[in-house]
Amino acid sequence: MLVKQTTKFIAILVLLMTSVSTFANSGEHDNQHEEAGGNKVDTPDEINAYIAHHLKDSHDFHLYTNNETGAHIGFPLPVIVWTSAGLKTFMSSEFHHNDNGQVIVNKGGVALTKIHSKIYELEAGADAVVFDDHHHAENAHKVLDFSITKSVFGMLLTGLLMLLGFVALARGYKKGAIPTGFSRVLEPLVIYVRDEIARPNIGEKKYRKFMSFLLTVFFFIWILNLLGLTPLGFNVTGQIAVTACLAIFTVVIYMFSGSKDFWAHTLWMPGVPVILRPILAVIELVGFIVIKPFSLLIRLFANITAGHFVVMSLIALMITMKEAFGPVGSTGMSLVLSLFIMVIEILVAFLQAFIFTMLSSLFIGMAVEEHDHH
Amino acid sequence: MDQLLNDFSPGLFFMQAIILLILIVLMRKFAWKPILESLQTREDGIKDALDAAQNAKLELQNLQADNEKLLQDARVERETLLKDARDIKNKMIEDAKDEAQTQANIMIEQAQVAIESEKKSAMVELKKQVADLSLEIAEKVVRTELSSKDKQLQLVESMLAEKSLN
Repeated sequence: MLVKQTTKFIAILVLLMTSVSTFANSGEHDNQHEEAGGNKVDTPDEINAYIAHHLKDSHDFHLYTNNETGAHIGFPLPVIVWTSAGLKTFMSSEFHHNDNGQVIVNKGGVALTKIHSKIYELEAGADAVVFDDHHHAENAHKVLDFSITKSVFGMLLTGLLMLLGFVALARGYKKGAIPTGFSRVLEPLVIYVRDEIARPNIGEKKYRKFMSFLLTVFFFIWILNLLGLTPLGFNVTGQIAVTACLAIFTVVIYMFSGSKDFWAHTLWMPGVPVILRPILAVIELVGFIVIKPFSLLIRLFANITAGHFVVMSLIALMITMKEAFGPVGSTGMSLVLSLFIMVIEILVAFLQAFIFTMLSSLFIGMAVEEHDHH
Repeated sequence: MDQLLNDFSPGLFFMQAIILLILIVLMRKFAWKPILESLQTREDGIKDALDAAQNAKLELQNLQADNEKLLQDARVERETLLKDARDIKNKMIEDAKDEAQTQANIMIEQAQVAIESEKKSAMVELKKQVADLSLEIAEKVVRTELSSKDKQLQLVESMLAEKSLN
């Protein structure tokens, strides 16, 4: 059964890959790779630029570039932008992998271009981007970008994986109390989140209400972190918008489920002199609305971004250290070090998901706590 | 910080919010709720089963203790019964002996009384017989004695002598 499923899965994957590469080849000949420094990424500056580019979100799913033919292996993703002329949708392949404002796409009267993974709208009448000294576009501005970017694609993939896995687990209980197959792995994780994260922090009485959020966020972050470690090159939890959104969800949840005691303690702390109470209220409110979510979002963002940065830099060691240690030495060193960091990153992937969920439930626990006496 | 703000994409934020919201709703309906409910049911079931096993164990222990007690009681009862039976037996034997003794005594008594009365009547008979016999003898003697005058005088004299001796 399992073997059959695996074969099917691999067959689908191979089919997908071949169709993707066929697509990629068809429109490539007119696109001579125009980015600075040619095709190969082999100087420290290029490596830094490559890493910086990876850490950003991207509008197409790019796996690999063939240096000889200039062919990009990957597939384009839909671009959905809100411009001055309304909603515009097209495939990212229209930018021809250009990322520095040289390819202009005209859609119903608006000229759009892509600079450093951001989509800009050119001002009326302009037909080329003019850059100032700091490489900022002078005659173009950013648009609201609802594209299915690589990160959004990653999130959708994660959501799909979660639905598949956990709906299967939920269905399994109809057949018997003990799950079978892959669900056996998922069940202890669900129990772990419930018994080690939610119950002790929120309390036996009230934890049930928040389980859906905590479980979803835990597995969402964990799977995205792990996807980021695959060669697919996702960096979703390293996008500050994503972590900010997760943190704001936590804030909204604990602010709206705060108990009477919580508000009483936050806004008018009993047991301290009356003069101090407004000052304490400001401090507490800033703590709950700004500092706590900020610590959540920065922690996740920084850990994942730093992890990707370190892994990519260590992989790049085989190029940067080639002159000093020779090809074998630099490759061996890079392999050992990146393997080591990769193992740590696998731990970090879990740890960050755990910490985010843990702190979220801790904050929720603070908000819903009821004091017996005053 | 500037870099961070520049990298912040409102569009991505919006998409993430939508996706997360939909995912939470879907997962809640199709996964978390049934999973958590099943887990709860299963845990309750396990707890109940453990409790039931514990209770059954206790009950069994009680039952065993009861059995032991019953057995003990039965043993004591048997001892008592046996002892009573032995006592009754002894008493019966004793009684029977006494009864027999009394009966025998009564019978001996009666026999003695009967023997006595028989003896008396026999004595009476014997006396009468002896008296008759004596009379007859005396008659015969008197007749012979009184057949002659000498002899009658002799007799009167001996009798008188006898009288005077008295």
